[in-house]
Amino acid sequence: MRHIISMADLSVAEIDELITLSLSIIKSPEKYREACRHKKLATLFFEPSTRTRLSFEAAMYELGGQVLGVSEASSSSAAKGESVADTIRTVCCYADIIAMRHPKEGAPTVAAAHASVPVINAGDGGHNHPTQTLTDLLTIKLEKGGFEGLTVGLCGDLKFGRTVHSLVHAMCRYPGVRFVLISPEELKVPSYVKIPLKEGQVPYVQTTDLVSVLPELDILYMTRVQRERFFNEDDYVRLKDSYILTPEKLTRAKADLAIMHPLPRVNEISTAIDPDPRACYFRQVLNGKFIRMALILKLLEAEI
Amino acid sequence: MNIDSIRNGIVIDHIKAGQGMKVYDFLDLGKLHCSVAIIQNAASSKMGKKDIIKIDSNLDVDLNALGYIDPSITINLIKDSQRVKKYHPELPETITNIIRCKNPRCITSTEQQLPHVFRLTDRVRDEYRCIYCESKANA
Repeated sequence: MRHIISMADLSVAEIDELITLSLSIIKSPEKYREACRHKKLATLFFEPSTRTRLSFEAAMYELGGQVLGVSEASSSSAAKGESVADTIRTVCCYADIIAMRHPKEGAPTVAAAHASVPVINAGDGGHNHPTQTLTDLLTIKLEKGGFEGLTVGLCGDLKFGRTVHSLVHAMCRYPGVRFVLISPEELKVPSYVKIPLKEGQVPYVQTTDLVSVLPELDILYMTRVQRERFFNEDDYVRLKDSYILTPEKLTRAKADLAIMHPLPRVNEISTAIDPDPRACYFRQVLNGKFIRMALILKLLEAEI
Repeated sequence: MNIDSIRNGIVIDHIKAGQGMKVYDFLDLGKLHCSVAIIQNAASSKMGKKDIIKIDSNLDVDLNALGYIDPSITINLIKDSQRVKKYHPELPETITNIIRCKNPRCITSTEQQLPHVFRLTDRVRDEYRCIYCESKANA
């Protein structure tokens, strides 16, 4: 039995395998419609989510499986003070696989330690969000054809942006990748995120200026400054509008730039950019369903 | 100053001067009923000054965890008044409930019964990180 808590739980070969499986699902969805028949996915979301929860549920339904779960902490025994360990032991009695989102960092690690079915981390605070990263990798594969030699710009809240942390971890394992980390001083990536970059001698630069680095990017991954990660409202208000991508700024970018965003966005990407073919964040949303289908198939060891 | 030799027990030597009480507290030696001697600022040809702890009993604890406090410490195991083993504690791969995670966003901040476990992530820099949230340990 496998759990997926962070991208470190997957080898490059396994990631490639999941992407290949996703491409097969996109091409021939009918082949997979009964693959998880009589299997149940529990979605335990102790923090609000639209895309991640719905994409997990849609993924399971499209595989012929069923879904049960909680969509907020207040509707479960967590509100009564039940521990993660006890919640998970209970849910394991009812479900074949669990997708869990929790506001506290490391909660899925605790869940996995007590689970008798596979646990997928669907986001733990500002820490890891591996299925978003898999979504991002599938999107990059579809948009750019591969991963090698790309210059990846990550912009916005790089401190609390868990999608950024996981993406750095995954992308740094491909040869020739270079990172441009664009953030206000207060929202720079934490030191642990830079460990794999230093260990792998992966080139990266840190800057506060989006416009000056825009022409060199193959991918621009925008993120939202997340109000829920701040203890101090004043800090949030001061930093929330640090980077706003507009059509004017985009005139400096490559013609084949891929603009990505894990969504939800607030105002960091102007809606005027949405019709631009370089904007692929809504295609990214759709890809999220396909890669989660692939992951569920792999963890349940479903036979096709 | 004379401290009686011990018959069966442990001598923790070459503790950095001033760190003796930290080791004493770390090993929770105040709870023991046997003789325990703390010698502070003892003369040392190697270190100038050092602290020493002598425990007249065999402790049932992982002394390697002392490597987290100071890997230059020397541990001497004494049996029948003879030294039978002398070694430096190695940096342990994991340390449990010795330091606490201070990240307010970590699951350990709300679930009090969870053990605080840190894993060695960089042996060169003696760096430990929380197994849950990956925050760096502050000694």
